[in-house]
Amino acid sequence: MNRSHLLLSILVMAGTTYLIRLLPLVLFRKEIKSPFVRSFLFYIPFACLASMTFPEILYATDYTASAIAAFAVAVFLALKKKSLPTVALAGCLTVFIVERLLVLL
Amino acid sequence: MKNREMTNKMNRKDFAQGARDGIPIALGYFAVSFTFGMAASRDGIGAFWSAFTSLLCLSSAGQFAGLDVIVAGGSFLELALTQLVINLRYLLMSFSLSAKLAGSVGSAPRFLMAHGVTDEIFAISAARDRLTPWYTWGAMSVAVPGWTAGALVGGVLGDLLPGFLLSAFGIAIYGMFLAIILPPASEDRAILVVVLAAMAFRAILTWTPGLKTISPGFAIIIVTVTVAGIAAWLHPHTEEHSS
Repeated sequence: MNRSHLLLSILVMAGTTYLIRLLPLVLFRKEIKSPFVRSFLFYIPFACLASMTFPEILYATDYTASAIAAFAVAVFLALKKKSLPTVALAGCLTVFIVERLLVLL
Repeated sequence: MKNREMTNKMNRKDFAQGARDGIPIALGYFAVSFTFGMAASRDGIGAFWSAFTSLLCLSSAGQFAGLDVIVAGGSFLELALTQLVINLRYLLMSFSLSAKLAGSVGSAPRFLMAHGVTDEIFAISAARDRLTPWYTWGAMSVAVPGWTAGALVGGVLGDLLPGFLLSAFGIAIYGMFLAIILPPASEDRAILVVVLAAMAFRAILTWTPGLKTISPGFAIIIVTVTVAGIAAWLHPHTEEHSS
């Protein structure tokens, strides 16, 4: 990969992200009033993370079967309100176990 | 003079408290960032560069999506738009923290704490009765090194680990996303509908012939803006607490 293109890409990412975090802190020192804007900003993380999770999760591992199993385990544990590292590691463990079994079969 | 000494002492106390509260965050960050370093190294981006990205961006979802765009050869505009949409939640968090800071806090401290507005550091900062930049800086002082070191170690080990371990770790980021969105979704029907609609819409964009050509970065933007926009229009979120 081209070094300078990579460096520029990282700076674009970092600059955009920093501006998003910075502008409200320095420019707006009072609360947003519009219910629509507040709601829109409230729903964004959920819509965004959900759209990044499915269906991409199905292609994240070597076998679709292990991905589906890990998806089910992660959904179950997340609904049980387990912590982030717990859910993430349980997903990894599930993939590992299912793929070992698939290789044995 | 006496006053100044007291302020200094309180600032030191805030910083120390932030650093203590930041330790569990740093450990969690290390684990997730480790998988970012591995993913980046699998995509041919070296450990140094993934650590550099982590240090400067400090955003899990944004970095993973940015990585997809870079690998797919997307334009800088697409890259910036992806970051804008995925990290737009930080805007709300910064608004909220800004409202919480004393008006006397100048611009320079605000510039320095802005980088630390992440889901987790926001959560502990917003929970303070009295927020000063020193508290957030304390949390950043352990969380940022944890996040950066994770990417570095993941990037180095990612090259050495066998394929089946990489396959297992590849699922980690999705587990983390689910752990963030599902607990609130199980308690609020509107959030649940948003989550399911976003997944269904993304699936349509991914699997429909013709629509498949839309790059992952733009697909995420389209889905997020559409679903969050319709939800905000049909079902405004009224609860005071929003994080």
